Amino acid sequence: MTSNQIAFAYLTASVLFIFALKGLSSPATARRGNLFGIAGMVLAVLTTLSLIHNYVLIIGAIAVGGTIGAVVARRVQLTAMPELVAFMHSLVGLTAVFIAVTAVNNPTTFGLHDPLPMGNKLELFIGTFIGAMTWSGSVIAFLKLSGRMSGRPIVFAGQHALNLLLALAMLSCGLWFFLGIETNWMGFITMAALAFLLGFLIIIPIGGADMPVVISMLNSYSGWAAAGIGFSLGNPMLIIAGSLVGSSGAILSYIMCKAMNRPFLSVILGGFGSEGGAASAGDGMQRTYRSGSADDVAFLLGNADSVVIVPGYGLAVARAQHAVKELMLKLQNKGINVRFAIHPVAGRMPGHMNVLLAEAEIPYDQVFEMSEINSDFPTTDVALVLGANDVTNPAANVPGSPIYGMPILEANKAHNVVVVKRSMATGYAGLDNDLFYMDKTMMVFGDAKKVVEDMVKALD
Amino acid sequence: MIVDPFIFYLTVFVLAVFVGYHVVWNVTPALHTPLMSVTNAISGIILVGAMLAAGTAQNDWGTWLGAIAVVLASINVFGGFLVTQRMLGMFKKREKKGEAK
Repeated sequence: MTSNQIAFAYLTASVLFIFALKGLSSPATARRGNLFGIAGMVLAVLTTLSLIHNYVLIIGAIAVGGTIGAVVARRVQLTAMPELVAFMHSLVGLTAVFIAVTAVNNPTTFGLHDPLPMGNKLELFIGTFIGAMTWSGSVIAFLKLSGRMSGRPIVFAGQHALNLLLALAMLSCGLWFFLGIETNWMGFITMAALAFLLGFLIIIPIGGADMPVVISMLNSYSGWAAAGIGFSLGNPMLIIAGSLVGSSGAILSYIMCKAMNRPFLSVILGGFGSEGGAASAGDGMQRTYRSGSADDVAFLLGNADSVVIVPGYGLAVARAQHAVKELMLKLQNKGINVRFAIHPVAGRMPGHMNVLLAEAEIPYDQVFEMSEINSDFPTTDVALVLGANDVTNPAANVPGSPIYGMPILEANKAHNVVVVKRSMATGYAGLDNDLFYMDKTMMVFGDAKKVVEDMVKALD
Repeated sequence: MIVDPFIFYLTVFVLAVFVGYHVVWNVTPALHTPLMSVTNAISGIILVGAMLAAGTAQNDWGTWLGAIAVVLASINVFGGFLVTQRMLGMFKKREKKGEAK
């Protein structure tokens, strides 16, 4: 292939990637969009094969990686999607670092000048540190999401000062690297090591319910890392694909922050609830609430005309989605209107709840976004809150509350509220939820899956 | 007058960010998880860079590092697209004629 043909094939692949994202505007077109994405990737890889020598090695390596990827994709539990996504972000980060290292080692491989011009060094520097931070940050996110590491924020005195110091040290190493005339491995490696360390330190103070922001941010980083490598290698396709991913992740982070009404910076600096949480922890008064059993709820549901189910992270933890589907079918058979209300930050990643409900074959036209369904709560007979907490807390409407201004699902406006929860413990924000203490609220304690299964039995 | 290639790449970059911005705002929130997994697969395009790193004639440790990078990026590409396809296959509309499977 001539270089013009190659450039044209890469352009076509880039357009196919754009179509892949465009397809996601509706579940009806999304699968076709994904096929466009696959076609783009196949085209890009085949085109690249015409440029290289070690076919056996490379096709073998693709086969190994592809098999691992395919097995993981087939086997992974959908409740574990956040971990999987974090894991895959880390791979992009590490790949970017490896490519940058080979480029520094032997620039002619990529058609670059040897020794590297300053401009290329700068691009490699950027690609490497973003890649390194993506890798180590994603590893921490993976460990936290999969429960191998506590999801609680890890904070210590002088944390931000330390991070700033490390960032400055990293930048000076970078400067040292690209001012050197010979290849300055010392500067390059120290810079990469500091970036790895920084990635760890930036993610450890962020915990629990802030994970949707973290995972979107790392998504964004992984895109910028790919774009950075695209600059170094002078490959517009890498730049385009990387920028698409980078802006996608950035938009998701923005949506998540907005749904929590928190500034991005404060999420990233971490440690929510640890900053003067005591002021909000209540007045020491023992508040009373009404608790009931699954049978009581079944009775209430059986007499309702309309039910809105509000799922949260507790549903994912208990893997209760299939039980919920059974409940939905039972109620629908009685002629009851059942809908689902999803808060943008419910779960541990954007869209987490939607995927779980889809897995249980709950039709997506029964699942509504916050803005679509909030106005219907006042005419809803029963709002059934399953393992969600902060996203339903009416304290968000009270000026002075730490979550004041956060958009919530207004379950408190329904005629009756049922909350299924493991205990009266507070949610991630460390706040008491006023919803639990309302006269029309019934608390049911237990594992979401078990409780819902009991409700299904009781409805017979 | 010859424009530095960097300016050309920067042009591509800026325009691509705009395209990404507009396309992603149109993604329905219900599909945000598949969006993340498909963007994961797309950022696996870095595979192309890894192939170039591993694909040169001279064999040194860089070739092997490149080969490892190819393995890692392929996990992303295959895993990302396949898990997205699997998830998207689950999003179904309400239908009156009983169970699909």
